Amino acid sequence: MIGMNGYQFYWSIVWDSLPLLLAGAWVTIQITILAFIVGTLIAMPMAVARQQGEGWAYRFSTWWVELSRNTPAVFQLYLFYFGLGAFHINIPSYAAVLIAVSFNNAGYMTEIFRGGLNAIPRQQLSASRSLGMTSPQSFIHVIFPQMFKVIFLAYVTQGIWGMLNTSLGMLVGLQELSGATQYAQSASFRTFEFFLVTALIYYLIAKGLQFSSQIAFRLIYRS
Amino acid sequence: MQFQFANQGLAWSDAYFLAQGLLNTVRLAAAATLVGTLAGIVLGWLRTVSVTVRIATAPIIDILRSVPMIIQLILANSLLSILGFGASPFWFGTVALGAWMSAVTAEVVRAGLLSVPVQYRKSARSLGMNGYQELLYISIPLAFRTALAPWIGLVLSLIKDSALAGVVGYIEYMRSTQILITRTHETWLLLMGAGLFYFLICYPVSRYSRHLERKVRV
Amino acid sequence: MIRISNVQKAFGSAIVLKGIDLTVEKGELVCLIGASGSGKSTLLQCINGLEPIQGGEILVDGISVHDPKTDINKLRQKLGIVFQQYNAFPHLTALENVALAPRVVAKRSRAEARALAQKNLEHVGLGDKGDSLPSQLSGGQQQRLAIARALAMQPSYMLFDEVTSALDPELVGEVLETMRLLKSEGMTMVVVTHDINFARESADRVAFLCQGEVCEIGTAEEVIDHPRKEQTQKFLRREQRKPLEIVRSSVA
Repeated sequence: MIGMNGYQFYWSIVWDSLPLLLAGAWVTIQITILAFIVGTLIAMPMAVARQQGEGWAYRFSTWWVELSRNTPAVFQLYLFYFGLGAFHINIPSYAAVLIAVSFNNAGYMTEIFRGGLNAIPRQQLSASRSLGMTSPQSFIHVIFPQMFKVIFLAYVTQGIWGMLNTSLGMLVGLQELSGATQYAQSASFRTFEFFLVTALIYYLIAKGLQFSSQIAFRLIYRS
Repeated sequence: MQFQFANQGLAWSDAYFLAQGLLNTVRLAAAATLVGTLAGIVLGWLRTVSVTVRIATAPIIDILRSVPMIIQLILANSLLSILGFGASPFWFGTVALGAWMSAVTAEVVRAGLLSVPVQYRKSARSLGMNGYQELLYISIPLAFRTALAPWIGLVLSLIKDSALAGVVGYIEYMRSTQILITRTHETWLLLMGAGLFYFLICYPVSRYSRHLERKVRV
Repeated sequence: MIRISNVQKAFGSAIVLKGIDLTVEKGELVCLIGASGSGKSTLLQCINGLEPIQGGEILVDGISVHDPKTDINKLRQKLGIVFQQYNAFPHLTALENVALAPRVVAKRSRAEARALAQKNLEHVGLGDKGDSLPSQLSGGQQQRLAIARALAMQPSYMLFDEVTSALDPELVGEVLETMRLLKSEGMTMVVVTHDINFARESADRVAFLCQGEVCEIGTAEEVIDHPRKEQTQKFLRREQRKPLEIVRSSVA
């Protein structure tokens, strides 16, 4: 092993803990995908409400957007984990991370979607309404499919940010990838080796998400 | 009379503790912004003019954007310790946040420089300006206009990410809030304080950034 | 029958329609002509319920369009509308464009909807374009696609809102031909147009709209060839003096 300032790198211990890290990575992927879906489902109606520019739905989603974008993600996590705990509503750390990342995703996605909606001609809505479609039908079949095409890149980037945010699980004792690494390295104090491998796993997950979303885009939009 | 230890209420000295945390957040964010921006401008310019630099630095920038900040902080901390820098948590935080900031700033700077229409640069050269003068009087002012709003967005992210510096032992505002929560159980009061603190800094900044964005687009 | 009585419409303080009365009988083709801003297109959008009105009433087969109790989505199935901008759904193929509303609104099965769509595409001469995306079609083809899409809901009435105004001159013919075909099949049509020749040839009646009112109405021969009102004469003189190109660019 090559030493640096007398420090001996020691990799085999990381290798031994790999199953533990991969189990953590699986939790990371789960929460990433779930929070992506939940965030999307919340952001779609909120983006439409934001576009209206008035009414209670507009004010509600504006609050959500500003709160999620102008406070640290770790604050948002503590809000759900410790904040609810103070009311004796104790939620597991898995749920707290899922809720917090979904909350954050929804806020950012709302603004991404709103930008996409602005790029779609208003007449598309008139055209679909004129065929007898209801407002929700028009959005589902005509407006949203076009919107996703416009904002796809920013949308996927937000999904990856959501993945990075799941690492906060470490701070509330969740054994996702970061938490699992923290736990695994605590016996040996080989912090650097462990977290370098973890960084690599995060990088691979991010690239995997990017790559698979590009394939999905080609399949969906036939281009 | 009862002796209480585990569940002490908030005291005035805690206000001082929080003020320290607040100051530490500002110090860290300011230092990392300064370091990261200066390095980012140089890196961004090099990446625009030199293909070699662009290819060589591409993976680093990619990695810094694909790995959670919390991991970057821990790695900076442990690497600097291994290298024998017995530095303070403040420097660990500055290095990690500054490295991230320089990578993302470089991209913004590059996009800004590339957005300068080539005919402006040509006409500047046709007036007899040399490459350096053209950069100074034409490209930089124009690039600044496009890059300012996204750069402010990055500062915003950095301020929010500084709330993670607690993991390397730096007592910034979020960490001091958490310490007090553990001790006093005044969860909501303290959390509201933290939320308000970050919101009051970030909201005006993000409003200004959006205002600038609209101005540039028009 | 479409019965429009005393319809008033304003955008904010700008009054666009000042009490319009108009009746369209079954099987009739009524052309609405008039200068830009005379309220023709707005009236058409009101008939479909896409624009709210501030006064009066529009009855389609005896059902009030703007009555909040009316199921407007159901009523709209009777009223096909085609716009100046073709508004084809860009993410769907031609066939899917036509099949969408039959599937989600009329609740037909996927296979049924596709068969219906194919039939309607053939009807407008696009039978071989089913798999094309709108971006691969010419303006005239996209406009015929829009007609097929509206026809697929099997409407009793078709509304046309300056459907040739955005088209290149050489593509106008194919769209007008499709409209003549519908007319020959007995479709009831309300056509907002700048094409005086089309109005003269095809319309059963022509209504000249001026400043939010029906200024003159009658057969094409009466209104276009022998207009009685001064405004109508002025408008027609101006239209006929203008080369076609300018008319189109001023509309687009």
